[in-house]
Amino acid sequence: MTDKPGYRRPQPGTQPDYLHPAYKSTNTRSPSKPLVFLPHSLSEITGPTIGADYLQDKDNDLTAQHAGEPQGERIIIHGRVLDENGLPVPGILVEIWQANAAGRYNHERDLHDAPLDPNFTGTGRTVTDADGWYQFQTIKPGAYPWGNHHNAWRPAHIHFSLFGPSILTRLVTQMYFPGDPLLAYDPIYNCVPDTSAKERLIASFDLEKTIPSYALGYRWDIVLRGRDATPMEK
Amino acid sequence: MTLTATTSHTVGPYYHIGLTWLNREDLTQAETLGERVAISGQVVDGNGDFVNDAMLEIWQANAAGKYDHPEDDQAKALDPNFQGFGRVPVDGEGRFRFTTIKPGSVPGLQGSTQAPHLVVLVFARGLVKHLLTRIYFDGEPANAADPLLACVPEERRATLLAKADAAGHYQWNVILQGTDAETVFFDY
Repeated sequence: MTDKPGYRRPQPGTQPDYLHPAYKSTNTRSPSKPLVFLPHSLSEITGPTIGADYLQDKDNDLTAQHAGEPQGERIIIHGRVLDENGLPVPGILVEIWQANAAGRYNHERDLHDAPLDPNFTGTGRTVTDADGWYQFQTIKPGAYPWGNHHNAWRPAHIHFSLFGPSILTRLVTQMYFPGDPLLAYDPIYNCVPDTSAKERLIASFDLEKTIPSYALGYRWDIVLRGRDATPMEK
Repeated sequence: MTLTATTSHTVGPYYHIGLTWLNREDLTQAETLGERVAISGQVVDGNGDFVNDAMLEIWQANAAGKYDHPEDDQAKALDPNFQGFGRVPVDGEGRFRFTTIKPGSVPGLQGSTQAPHLVVLVFARGLVKHLLTRIYFDGEPANAADPLLACVPEERRATLLAKADAAGHYQWNVILQGTDAETVFFDY
């Protein structure tokens, strides 16, 4: 079998190191020994195909999953999933989860003293269309405190999980909102040195996507790893 | 056009809200071909404490050594009853258990053959980027010629081997950090 191209390695400064002392949990959870370089074989350039047949109605509308409407500012988040070669990534699963408008997760381990919302679970999923587009309707999540350091608050964010065409394109990340004063103080947002890489995690306000008298629009594009042009030489 | 891949961030402690709907701790169906294996273990941090908010994802070939994916153009049969994907949560003490089939050998690079193995992704609060490792099977003769195991320092290879107990049940732990038994993780 002829070797097929692998995937591009990360550009310097754009992906986090496992040890990031400002984010305390990394101190005991990051590997201390050198990683072993992994050539990209058939085991890595393949991966699970999880498509539209896994979805149900309303999965991408987090405001319509209960009897009533959730509290908070209604928003539309949409964008395009591309690879590093600029090609759209169609037909892939996008999963999201988030806190409610008060900054509380619908999770038994979240002990933040803010109200739960009986009309908001905070779970969404969709599959990208033929041109790589995705869209969710939800409410803007609130900021919330966490125990990382004194007076630590996470900026408002939405968790994203994507598969892509192989196990190497698997991506879990977080989307942020423009103008959030907490970003400057957040060790997770600041876990990479590259300023433009950080800023690409911030959605932009999208007036064209905004629905008059109903919901604000935001645009956030996501880039997955792209294939190398040629197979790697040993 | 060249773009830069989006920066990875941690799943955080509340990923269950978004991800457990796709949990799959039994990768098999009644008709799936191959030898059933149950693999269990625990995720442990650098203090030796269990990690109760981790999640594993599994990717593997079928019993014939064929991946259910368009990039696999080997002349081997797909198994309509096996996809090869698992999503496995840990319990309140960091323990996981999943059931699958032992995969066949798959091709490696440059004409080599890889021993039966599972690709494992590890997600957790405190992992800004998920870890990637593999499970091989202790006692499998093909391990001796596996091209990736050969790249792993000999004294660390055992961390990649699931070991069968007397009942044939495989044990394999994820040691995130540690002076001795830290699991081998790959730069992917």
